[in-house]
Amino acid sequence: MSAKDTVMKDRRNPLKTALGLGSSQSGVGHWWTQRVTAAALVLLGLWFVATVLCLLHADYATAHAAVAKPWNALLLIAFVLTMFWHAVLGLQVVIEDYVHTRWKEVVLLVAIKFLAVLGALACVLAVLRIALTP
Amino acid sequence: MADMQRPLSPHLQIYKWQVQMMTSILHRATGVALAVGTLLVLWGLLSLAGGEASFNQFKVCTGSPLGLVLLLGWSWALFYHLCNGIRHLIQDAGAGYAIPQFVRSSWLSVAGSIVLTVLVWAYALMAGGAA
Repeated sequence: MSAKDTVMKDRRNPLKTALGLGSSQSGVGHWWTQRVTAAALVLLGLWFVATVLCLLHADYATAHAAVAKPWNALLLIAFVLTMFWHAVLGLQVVIEDYVHTRWKEVVLLVAIKFLAVLGALACVLAVLRIALTP
Repeated sequence: MADMQRPLSPHLQIYKWQVQMMTSILHRATGVALAVGTLLVLWGLLSLAGGEASFNQFKVCTGSPLGLVLLLGWSWALFYHLCNGIRHLIQDAGAGYAIPQFVRSSWLSVAGSIVLTVLVWAYALMAGGAA
């Protein structure tokens, strides 16, 4: 009887108390972005490996000239941006799975994003400097 | 409130070893290793942008015995994550879920990564000895 009364008094759906936890905030966004960056990295990664193999034992001038070529500079920037993005998405899942203390989890999740953005920006700046320096 | 006394599912040590376990664990492990390896790409680009002296220093470090061992590890991690990542993309598309296919593609990822690593290092060594 009292249980039924409670149900009658509170007309809000119990789902309301879930407070948007879990995957209900962004749906499949993370999963899908991880796949799209993975597909891009299959192509960009193979190109990167081939480029590095071509530049094995290259001296400074040769390596500098190769990276400065417009297509190489463009693909290199695409590669590093996708690489850091994909790395953050993957590390995020690992941290969420294995770090069970909430504050440590949040600190790590924010830290990898900060580091990845700094790393990506530094890589882009380096490529631009190489490409735009005569 | 969730019942905290609920029974837990059995953990890793209770299962018989299967290749799919290894490919799954290795995919994560190589992914984390490659995330650290992004620092090598960063270092290489910064050294090249920094001028001839810093680039030569980068080459000396990567060509040292420790550098070569790390490069070998990272190259295998990259090729494993690449092969197994393609396998996962195919599975995400809904193909290859029958257990025999699953086992076969697992071994294919492992074998493919080793073959690619050997090919790349054979090329690197033939193209002028260890850096």
